[in-house]
Amino acid sequence: MSWFTLRSLRLAVLAGAVFLAAPGAASARTEIYWWHALQATLGERVNEIAAKFNASQSDYEVKAIFKGSYPETLNAAIAAYRAKQAPHIVQVYEVGTQTMLSSGAVYPVFQLVKDNNITIDWNDIIGPVKTYYSSGGNLYSMAFNSSTPILFYNKDLFKKAGLADKAPATWDEVEAMAKKLVASGAKCGYSTAWPSWIVMENMHAYHDQPFADHANGFDGLATSLKINGAFGVKMLELLQRGAKEGWFTYNGRLNKAEASMGGGECGIFTTSSAYIGNLTKTAEGKFAWGTGSLPRMAGYPQGNSIIGGATLWVMKGAKPEENKGVAQFFKYLASTENQAWWAGVTGYLPLTQAAVKAMEASGVYTKAPALKTAVTQMNAGKSTPNSQGLRLGNYGSIRDAIEEQMENVFAGKKTAKQGLDDAVAKSDDVLKEFAATYK
Amino acid sequence: MARVLERASGVDLAVTTPRRRRDWSGFTAHAILIASVAVIAFPLYYAIVISTQTVGQATSLPPRLLPSTAMFDNYAEAWNRAHMGRLLLNSAVMALAIAFGKIAISMLSAFAIVYFDFRGKTFVFWTIFVTLMLPIPVRIVSTYEVMTQLGWVNTYWGLTVPLMASATGTFLFRQFYQTIPDSLTEAAQLDGAGPMRFLWSILLPLSKANIAALFVILFVYGWNEYLWPLMITTTPEMRTAVVGVESLVPRGGSQLAEWNVIMAAAVMILLPPVAVIIVMQRWFVKGLIETEK
Amino acid sequence: MKRTVFRNRWLPYVLVAPQIAITVVFFYWPALDSVRLSLYRASPFGDIKIFVGWGNFARLFNDPSYLRSALTSVMFAFFVTVIGLALALLLAALANAKIRGLAIYRSLLLWPYGIAPAIAGILWLFIFHPSYGVLPYVLSFVTAYQFNWFLKGWVAMTLIIVAAIWKQFGYNLAFYLAGLQAIETSVLEAASVDGAGPIRRFLAITFPLLSPVTFFLFTLNMTFAFFDTFGLVHSVTQGGPGDATSILVYKAWKDGFENLQLGISAAQSVVLMAVVIVLTAFQFRFAEKKVNY
Repeated sequence: MSWFTLRSLRLAVLAGAVFLAAPGAASARTEIYWWHALQATLGERVNEIAAKFNASQSDYEVKAIFKGSYPETLNAAIAAYRAKQAPHIVQVYEVGTQTMLSSGAVYPVFQLVKDNNITIDWNDIIGPVKTYYSSGGNLYSMAFNSSTPILFYNKDLFKKAGLADKAPATWDEVEAMAKKLVASGAKCGYSTAWPSWIVMENMHAYHDQPFADHANGFDGLATSLKINGAFGVKMLELLQRGAKEGWFTYNGRLNKAEASMGGGECGIFTTSSAYIGNLTKTAEGKFAWGTGSLPRMAGYPQGNSIIGGATLWVMKGAKPEENKGVAQFFKYLASTENQAWWAGVTGYLPLTQAAVKAMEASGVYTKAPALKTAVTQMNAGKSTPNSQGLRLGNYGSIRDAIEEQMENVFAGKKTAKQGLDDAVAKSDDVLKEFAATYK
Repeated sequence: MARVLERASGVDLAVTTPRRRRDWSGFTAHAILIASVAVIAFPLYYAIVISTQTVGQATSLPPRLLPSTAMFDNYAEAWNRAHMGRLLLNSAVMALAIAFGKIAISMLSAFAIVYFDFRGKTFVFWTIFVTLMLPIPVRIVSTYEVMTQLGWVNTYWGLTVPLMASATGTFLFRQFYQTIPDSLTEAAQLDGAGPMRFLWSILLPLSKANIAALFVILFVYGWNEYLWPLMITTTPEMRTAVVGVESLVPRGGSQLAEWNVIMAAAVMILLPPVAVIIVMQRWFVKGLIETEK
Repeated sequence: MKRTVFRNRWLPYVLVAPQIAITVVFFYWPALDSVRLSLYRASPFGDIKIFVGWGNFARLFNDPSYLRSALTSVMFAFFVTVIGLALALLLAALANAKIRGLAIYRSLLLWPYGIAPAIAGILWLFIFHPSYGVLPYVLSFVTAYQFNWFLKGWVAMTLIIVAAIWKQFGYNLAFYLAGLQAIETSVLEAASVDGAGPIRRFLAITFPLLSPVTFFLFTLNMTFAFFDTFGLVHSVTQGGPGDATSILVYKAWKDGFENLQLGISAAQSVVLMAVVIVLTAFQFRFAEKKVNY
């Protein structure tokens, strides 16, 4: 076969493939594109809720499209926006909050809802969930899959170490119990996932300590971190000592450490409440486990834990008809019934107190008490300026800087004070860079 | 060691030493080469073995080095979970398009450079040459911008066309064409053949070996290219195999790593380029030598 | 050398047009744009661009994590190249005898060329796995040290170095074998008659005669380790633990596509461009001075 024909054939195939890859013929309904980053089981749930909405009315059709990881989804949305082809809704992780807020590319949710004459009871939204994504008391993005860190413990290992079947409530208890666990042969007494998010970010908020200036970035762009104060140093020194004495095991960044909990190695573990689903499956038939609130450090006031996860942002540039559909979809999502369903099947936090009540009434919490721990923890906390959440520019780089120094401290290479000072120095530099761009 | 070296480099000794020494050196050489082949092959052998075991067998200690019976299940699971069909199709499109596209474009450019005198020829030559100093990592962010503006993000066009021009192919053909005797060209011109006719009927058949050699190299390159598809594709449907397989590899610790399935996927992905190399090995070796000059 | 050409005014331009078009649009435009972008502080959404001149570069070179990344890249490239070449040379020397089937051995050693670095990484990832891997298992009989690449930087580095060397090994070996076989036995014979022992012969004659091959493989492996191993790091260690395996290419991509710091990422790309230019210039200048046999 001559190469000319071969080439034409190939071009035809390519053209055909491109044609096939193009979106199908427009349906009578208005299409709403929703880009998200949830895969596997969670991705299926996303498809389910979109399908349920589509079935409940005939004007709009939400198309949920998985775009990859959180950074990939955000990148794709930014690129699409610049090419004037942004999706209507994009799921952005909490790290990207400041980026979205500073972008000028966002249609705030409270505005969208108001402009389309929809009522959502903002006051019923669970405190920390609302404050994280609000500015000036108004919600900018729609909470969708939020979680907060809680404590998990291995009941079997506890029994073996002669400990009562109760989660530790304070860090002193964590230390004492972890030591006993290790003494009784456990491979790991206490460990944690998401080092910076839990040990630094959440612990500061949980004890009403400031993380950054300008009320953690809520009162203006943050320019400096405050984690090298007395509390931060004390928190890190505790774990440094734990690493040295062997009752705390550092198991990596992100959620890499979860394997040590799921594998039955760790007696006490802190990670996102979203881990409940996975742990249920992983530990099935292997060991019994329970949950509790995050441990408290004595001598510090009550704050609240902050949330993680992602929310749904609405991009500017869509037609009014399409925005109307988005607003309808958000109304659907925020309904008590759907919130209760979503939280029940995914393990994420329900949005509203009404949803919590519905889940209680339907017996979900009786069957899986672990699901309620996060809600109880957040409802028991106090809302303060330091516990609203974090709004930092280049948040990803800051987390990297903090975790890098944490690793140095755990390995004994630096003192806690030195490590935190260095982390703050690097982070402040990053924040200044961001502020300079958006002055 | 000294003895071995003496024997190994002892080809020169073969002339003056008794036959026995020569067998020794040959024997050592075979031994070394076989050992090397075994060591090189081990990871692949191990991967294949794991891909035939169940999760329990794959993650048990001591490691089992013999194949088991879960092969069909694992490969089916990998196929479904990672949507291997689509991934492999994308890889195939990318590899074939790049291979054929690059060959065609390089041939045309080389033909022009060698067989024509035109203004700006030196400029063209250097323009092409300088691209050797602009590998993909050097232009990542900006390339993405360009692709966005063209609307080629997440399309087959974007995956293939930008990779169809590079210096190596052009220089390969240029070098080859320079060895073609002038008499052929003159004869063709006397016969009244135009340049395209000359290219088609004479140069092309002569270039077959070079084309085959380049095809192997480029197919492997297109199939295995990682950074480019990672950047350009934004949905799982458009991902190529080498990039898409990472969805199976556990990132955090919460996913239970099913290594048997992962290995099955890895084996499926590495088979096509390796098969091309083995089947077309003669041209592969030629291609290696020619393209690295 | 007299070369017959075709007389045609416009045809050559048409012939080179595809290559030049692709080259300009996808190589030069993004490369120049990288340089331009590196001089700005840009917001992720592209709406804000502030000129900072050398600012990004100053920040880079004052940033300990960037300097560490550079060191990591250099160390990685160094180990992959030096160990890879040394091993290949050693084995080639030992296996250098007039034996039959050299071509078969060559094929059996070259096939890893067809494996993408990312896939090679996945294969070795499992072999190194702290819980079920063959390697830590075998080592556990020798020492109680935990070879956990999740946590220990140097273990992760070793993992990617081994995967990279493995992939390149057959290639290096094949070239050295070919180089050795091309050395005329008469030269070595003369030396042995002169009383030079085998090691002396190797150091004084063989190795110098192999210098073109060594040089060529050196540059090739260095380039490979710097620029073609992105997939390896991205799919296996993601630059971790911490930033122990964050090579320059990976960091440039991460800062651009995950941390959305476009200006800094572009500046890193420019630095990489400088590295490529140096490597390429090095290669071409010294390749001209070929040692004659």
